[in-house]
Parts: sequence; structure tokens; C-alpha cells
Amino acid sequence: MSRWKEWIGMINLAINGFAVTVEDGSTLLEAAQFLGFPIPTLCHLEGLSPYGACRLCVVQIGQGDRARLVSSCTYPAQEGLRVWTASNRVLRARRMVLELLLGSCPQSKTIQDLASAHGVRQQRFRQEQEDCILCGRCVRMCREQMVAGAIAFRGRGATRSIGTPFDRNSEQCRLCGGCLYVCPACELRCTYTDAPERAVCGGCANLAPPCAEQEGFDHMMCYMNPCVACEIPTPEPQPGVPS
Amino acid sequence: MTAAEIKEERWFAPPDAGDDELDVAEILQKHAGQRGGLIAVLADIQSRWGYLPESALRSVSAAMDRPLADVYGIATFYRAFSLTPRGEHLICVCLGTACHVRGGPGVAEEIGRQLGIHSGQTTDDGRFTLETVNCLGACALGPVVVIDGHYYSKVTRLRVAGMLEDAREGRLGTAEGREHRLPIEVACPRCNHSLMDAGHPIDERPSIRVTVGFGEDYGHLRLSSWFGSQRSGSESEIPAGRLTDFLCPYCHQGLTGTDACPECEAPLVTLLVRGGGAVRLCSRQGCPTRRLDLP
Ligand code: SF4
Ligand code: SF4
Ligand code: FES
Ligand code: FES
Repeated sequence: MSRWKEWIGMINLAINGFAVTVEDGSTLLEAAQFLGFPIPTLCHLEGLSPYGACRLCVVQIGQGDRARLVSSCTYPAQEGLRVWTASNRVLRARRMVLELLLGSCPQSKTIQDLASAHGVRQQRFRQEQEDCILCGRCVRMCREQMVAGAIAFRGRGATRSIGTPFDRNSEQCRLCGGCLYVCPACELRCTYTDAPERAVCGGCANLAPPCAEQEGFDHMMCYMNPCVACEIPTPEPQPGVPS
Repeated sequence: MTAAEIKEERWFAPPDAGDDELDVAEILQKHAGQRGGLIAVLADIQSRWGYLPESALRSVSAAMDRPLADVYGIATFYRAFSLTPRGEHLICVCLGTACHVRGGPGVAEEIGRQLGIHSGQTTDDGRFTLETVNCLGACALGPVVVIDGHYYSKVTRLRVAGMLEDAREGRLGTAEGREHRLPIEVACPRCNHSLMDAGHPIDERPSIRVTVGFGEDYGHLRLSSWFGSQRSGSESEIPAGRLTDFLCPYCHQGLTGTDACPECEAPLVTLLVRGGGAVRLCSRQGCPTRRLDLP
């Protein structure tokens, strides 16, 4: 190894069998993307802190018996690491993650497109019609980019949800729409009706926002009033109630 | 409900007007400068007022410079915190795996039926709150129910009425209580030898035998192995209020620890409970302090 690499803090690792040199302190995802190895991501967003919630970005590290899957968006690049971004095991895990995500949010176009791009051809899980996959993008957006901290995770386990404290209009919200903008679930929806196999067609171009569908979505992930995306008439402010 | 109605309900719910400004300054002061003291502050508020009032959460958020959304997130994450006032008596039914298969859900249902509430709710008269937890670490004794810190083991539907009555009449943890006791089996924490003495039963169960020393005298003290029963027997008369040394009758090492009794400040004696956990009792003769720490 040449001296200059140490001087400027570079480290050597192998990605998909290629010896590469990346800046110290970068994550595997950053390293791979910089060098042009594609890794799909969902909860990761440039400019927001890594979160590691969706596990879509799994890669394999190590060899033989010690090989394991890690989320590349949170795993720091290390000297001498051997990384495989598209081994069979990785692809299988990714397809499973996508199938599960599709089960919880089958109408999200983002997830559908990812699923069809990664060869998910079936949907074996019961469809939940959730309106949030708890990826935490909106929470980080609101906190880190908007410095508002108006929304956060609430509760835990099966009842974990995103929202404002006490489910009320937050005084901290800047009405910027950032949370809606980054949400992979709160966006254009596929209009298929009920057939599970149609959840992975990935071919339609529906332009109706999710809240326009009146049934099925009882807690829209929308903290804005009025909402920039949907055309639901907002109620007249009532006297004496801060809106 | 249409989406528009939901929006209306959600966005225009009037703020809770019932909360008075509560004085949380003192609690905040106590934890000032502590890193990550948020949970400690919330725990103090919870134990002081029995719940986390909205105004308190707002003051904490302002004083600790954390977004209200964060504070709210933490308050809703932990089961120990509650955002609505809890009842006078808190009933916790264990629904962990062991208690579940031994009939915990049936017990929870029966308690709910008798009180007319579901898990997580408080009775209208504000006397009882019913909650469920996932494992209290006393699995071998399941189904376990805890009422105001008093453990009930191997609870059946038939015992529920008696337990609730004990709580209503304020008999929890007293000898008159019908349903308050928990059988324990203890061992010496030093040599791990069982301290159970089948030859001298108390309350129809093998007693717990320890050696006690006071002044120049030594003798055996036998305690009831029902946690919650204060019955004991001793070969020699120990004057009440007397500090005694507790020794293991087998390895003769001292059992007195460093923790002090919250009532009388005498050192507490620690005995291991078979199956995990420890029971603490006060080394002052006649002091009723008994504590069961299950892992
Ligand atoms: S609209 Fe409000 S909640 Fe959403 S990111 Fe902006 S400040 Fe945060
Ligand atoms: S609301 Fe959207 S961005 Fe926020 S956690 Fe849920 S899916 Fe992710
Ligand atoms: S992008 Fe890495 S876990 Fe979601
Ligand atoms: S399952 Fe109830 S105490 Fe462990």
C-alpha cells in the first residue's frame, strides 16, 4: 500500500472482487455508490443521517462461514473488508425485504417499482394496506433539514406510528411539506383493486394522491394543513382554536 | 368516516384544557446537568402524579431543549409511563410466554370482566387500572399478577375476586389479606445451600432457617416461606427493635448487605430466590420491610 493513501485517510477494501480505495469514514453504501456498484435503498436519503430501518441495502461481508449480511447504509468501510453487493444470498434477502414491504404497503409506487426492478414476481404475504412503512425519512427530514422536530415516532411494537405529539397540529411545524416530499408511502398510489399479484406489475401511472381514496386510509401521513398534495377541502378554522 | 372528517377531527381537536400548570421545576432541577436525564425526569413525574400530564411534557421539552415530539415519543414508548391518570390501584397481568400458556389471558379477561374494563383502561370510579406486561421474570410461578407491587402467583380465575377485594379493602400485603402471598424457596447467596427447613413448617410450608446473632447470643430464626407473611419463629427471644446479624447456618457467612432499609435504615439481608431473583428483609427485629426483587 502506498504511503499517500494513509496520509490522506484512504482505506482499501474489495467490492465484488475489485480492489478499491475509498475515503476513510464513508459507509459501504457511499463507497459502493461512488464506485458505481448499484445498491437499492429506501430509508436512506442523502443529506439525512443513516438510519438502517428498511434493510433493503443489505450487502454481504466476510467470507465462508463468517459471511454475513449487513445494511450497507450504516456499516462503515473497513480496511481489508470483502464486500459483495449482489451475491445470491444478498439478492434473496433483498427480494424477501421487498416482498415484506409490499405486504405492508402494497399500493406504494416506490415499493412496487423497486419490487419489479428486483424481480419480485409474487406476493405471498397478507396485504396490510398500511400507509407508513416506518422508514423514518420524514422524521429525519423534519429534524435534520428543517430543524423543526415537529413529528417523531410514537408508541412501540405493532402500534408504532409517526405523528405529532398528542395528534394535534404541531406548533413546531413549518408547513414546508418536506415530510410529504420524502415519504415513499405517502404519494401516488397504484389503483389496482384487490388482486395480490397485481401489486407487483409496476406499470401504471396513477396520479391520484392517496388521501383522495376515502376508504382504506384512515391515518394519512400528512401533517400539513392544508396539504400540498391532496385536494380535500380543509375545514374552516374555528374561532378560538389555533390552527 | 371520510378523510375530510378525519382531518377535521384530528386537526381541530381543542387542546386539553383540564391540565393545570404543574410544578415540574423541582424535578427538573434535581436532574439538571445529567446527560440523558429525560427518562429519569419522566419517571419522577410519573411517580409523583401517577401519569404524565401534557403540561408537564411541555415544560420538560422546553427546559431540556428537546422537541416535544421526542419527549412524547419516549413517553408513549415505555409501558411504565402513562399519559392518562392511572387508577388508585394498578393491576399488572403478565402475558409473557410462560404465563400465557399457563392461562394468563383468561385471568386478564376475568379481571377485566369483573372491573368492566379492558387492558390499558381505568375504571370509571378511578380505583383500578388494568395493564398487561410481557414477563415479570417469575415464569415458574405463572400466571403472575401484580397489584400495587404485591405479587400473586399461580393465579386462577377463581382467585380474582378475592384479590380485587383485598385491594379494595386495603389488605394488600397484610396477614389478613386472603390472596396476597407468594411461595418462595430461598438459598444462601454465599454458598447457595438451600435454607428451606421442612422439619419446622410455618404456614404449612417448609420454613426458611437462618442463624441470627444479637450481642453475645446466637440462635435459629425461622421465617415463613410465603412472601407476604410476617410469621416467624425463633428459639430464643430477640428483643424487638434489636439489630441482628443474619448468618447462613451452613457456611456461617454473614448475609447482611450494604443496602439500607427504607423504613429504619438498618442494613438489609439478601437471600437468593430459587429460579432467579432475591428477597430482601430488614435486619431489625420487628421491622416489617420485605422486598422481592425478581430479575
Ligand atoms: S411540513 Fe412540518 S412536519 Fe413536515 S417536515 Fe416540514 S416542519 Fe416537519
Ligand atoms: S410517513 Fe412515510 S417517510 Fe415517514 S416513516 Fe412513514 S413511510 Fe417513512
Ligand atoms: S437504506 Fe439501508 S437500511 Fe434502509
Ligand atoms: S411469563 Fe409471566 S413472569 Fe415470565
